[in-house]
Amino acid sequence: MGLEFLEGNEAIARGAMKAGCDFFAGYPITPSSSVFHHMLELVPRTGGVAIQGEDEIASIGMCIGAAMAGSKAMTATSGPGISLYSENIGLAVIGETPLVIVNVQRQGPATGSATKGADGDIQFTRWCTSGGLPMIALCPATVGEAYELTYLAFNLAERYRTPVFLLANKETGLTRESVDLDAITLPPLIERAKAPAEVEYRPHHFDRPGDVPAFSAFGGQRIARYTTSTHDQAGYLSTDPEVIQEMIDHYAAKINDAAEELAMVREDAEEGAETLVVGYGITARSAAVAVREARAGGVKVSALTLQTLYPVPETALRSAMKGVKRVIVPEMNMGQYVLEVERLAPAGVEVVGVNKMDTTLVSPSEIIEQGGLL
Amino acid sequence: MSTGGHTTYLTDKIGPLPFCPGCGHDLLVKALDGALVELQPDPARVVIVTDIGCIGLADRHFVTHAFHGLHGRSITYACGLKLARPELTVIVLKGDGGCGIGGIHLLNVARRNIGITLLIANNFNYGMTGGQHSVTTPTDGITVTTPMGNFEGAMDLCGTAIAAGAGWVYRGTGFDADLAQRIAEAIRQPGFAMLDIWELCSAYYMPQNEIKKKDLIAMIGTSGMKAGLLADKPRPEYGESYRKAYAKSAERTKADKTIEPRFENNVSRQTGIVIAGSAGQKIRSAATVFAQAAMFANLEATQKDDYPITVMTGHSITEIILSPRRIDYTAIDSPDYFVLISEDGLNKSRSRIERLAETCVLYAEETLELPRTRARVVRLALARTAKKVNRLSIGTIALAAVLRDTAMFPAEALETTISTFQAPKIAAINLKAVAAGGNLVVTPAGG
Repeated sequence: MGLEFLEGNEAIARGAMKAGCDFFAGYPITPSSSVFHHMLELVPRTGGVAIQGEDEIASIGMCIGAAMAGSKAMTATSGPGISLYSENIGLAVIGETPLVIVNVQRQGPATGSATKGADGDIQFTRWCTSGGLPMIALCPATVGEAYELTYLAFNLAERYRTPVFLLANKETGLTRESVDLDAITLPPLIERAKAPAEVEYRPHHFDRPGDVPAFSAFGGQRIARYTTSTHDQAGYLSTDPEVIQEMIDHYAAKINDAAEELAMVREDAEEGAETLVVGYGITARSAAVAVREARAGGVKVSALTLQTLYPVPETALRSAMKGVKRVIVPEMNMGQYVLEVERLAPAGVEVVGVNKMDTTLVSPSEIIEQGGLL
Repeated sequence: MSTGGHTTYLTDKIGPLPFCPGCGHDLLVKALDGALVELQPDPARVVIVTDIGCIGLADRHFVTHAFHGLHGRSITYACGLKLARPELTVIVLKGDGGCGIGGIHLLNVARRNIGITLLIANNFNYGMTGGQHSVTTPTDGITVTTPMGNFEGAMDLCGTAIAAGAGWVYRGTGFDADLAQRIAEAIRQPGFAMLDIWELCSAYYMPQNEIKKKDLIAMIGTSGMKAGLLADKPRPEYGESYRKAYAKSAERTKADKTIEPRFENNVSRQTGIVIAGSAGQKIRSAATVFAQAAMFANLEATQKDDYPITVMTGHSITEIILSPRRIDYTAIDSPDYFVLISEDGLNKSRSRIERLAETCVLYAEETLELPRTRARVVRLALARTAKKVNRLSIGTIALAAVLRDTAMFPAEALETTISTFQAPKIAAINLKAVAAGGNLVVTPAGG
């Protein structure tokens, strides 16, 4: 490869292929459809399947089936589709299914502005299914990151046997940029740990709560079980409160214990800064311009860009907020991630949101003016 | 596990089957076991998929793989398993409730003909949640939710599946002596096969409606629905067709769209160009080629498009940003160049044109009536030129004119992009468009 003029959705498809994705199912929805188009172009070449489901429920259902048969599966949709995925996302959590879910966010609620962007699904991602267990969500700011984070999302899905969200936005999914994907350094590929052949397969086996159970595929020599109902480590139904709590602790611990390992942030700290701008996704790029302009005007300001939104990179956020007087959180929504920043902010630190959801980008001048970066 | 010699595929490892005394599910599960014994598959190559409903308790009583998913969605998991691992025998056990909430999956698996077996335990009500009516509850049937008798019509699951294209469909009761053989026959089908098996729910539907074994058997005759083998018309299995159709795709090479910078440029700062035209004028493609040309001239580029959801009508507005450095903010608050090609583009951007700064240059199709603007206006004979070259090259003509006027980078870069990336026929037209655009008479504002 080399320098190309790519949209984020194509970069997502390329990242998935680089990670060895061999199953894709999705239902058409703007602005994510071109992820499916690119996957249809790429997946069958390697012997895999890319298929259009009859609806979003069928699409994620087929992905879960394929993933449990050993495939690396991905689906892509936008906000309305995530609503329809909701119940099956819970199934993927309780069944410990590696799966990458791409949400190319569009302005909502409901049908909203179908061809326009927003970051309106941030807290929705965190709490997207019943039960409220932790989720992993990565958020690209550029076309290059769309490629990189999709690849990493597969690694995390495999490593932790869990659904992983890629939270894109129409503004990163459908905007083209000059980018050289080959110039991006990727870590080695991670494959799910395979259960030992000698012993009977226990689909959810762990010694410590935070362990990730080894996997054996449906159709493999060892008999596998999978269930949407509360179950024990062997995958058999359980109504024993002790067993149920042990399993719930396990689902939570395997993500929460890894929070530090999962935390990906970019820090642009300035000595003596009194203000910090916390950004993610496309809005982090407006923040970068705002910070440059403010610095040019003599304002001391730091920036923290989050690639991992969930689990919340708490250590990085706390450390970046140390010593500042105010934190600006610009978002293409009415104030969602600011809630996480507020709960972590030291006493006395003012947290200011710069918010809109009118389908246009939050501009650097809006961040400067409304954030008080003058 | 090994193949051959299996006398049963059921296990009592987790106890006996959990169904109520007299429940039809016992017969169905044993008939499925009988079918497997007849076929003797390796249990490790069989997946039994269920969803919510009493019959969903059955999967784990088999020595095969057991997959128990969300209410009504078993078909979707089964399809994923079968598409990913075509060599597996995938059997779905599903209730009539699941056929209601997941009816769309029944229609589509029948239509697609994915090679799974669907065994429906149809006992006319929701046994697991307290005996509510389902899509198959007979008219006049009494359930907790139809206390006055059911006045909804009962769905003919077999007729529905056949209408959707199912190739192998059977209807019978749990009391059929040859049920195991029928199920074995269904499993043998390479494509989708379905059995609608009528049963007694001893907890709810049976006592509520005073139905016994003989009444159930008689019900098929009085229901107006047919019984027995109702469809036996095999057609190509989806996964097989898929693999055959896409087998050649590995050989297809994707067009190389990589760019090796090889031209100079005169762009020293981030520069925003807005192109406003109509859908169907190939505005977006022209802008992409222009941005790629800028990349050939060692510039960074972004492209952001705005168009209505009906892509062949109305406006098409594209924003291109060029910069010698990384581009962070991808919107254009104050364009450096505004290229106005058509009435649709004008109508959509009227207020934006009114707000243009005096440092902006507005390249406008000569026939358009412009609103008041502070921008320096340059009139271009775009439509007239496009008529001579090609209607679809108007965007390229306009951008070639802009390029000549601004000298941001050499026109050669544009020509290189066109001849490198476009099919020869289209490239020939667009190269003509570049020449014509470059030669356009540029009339200063007010001229």
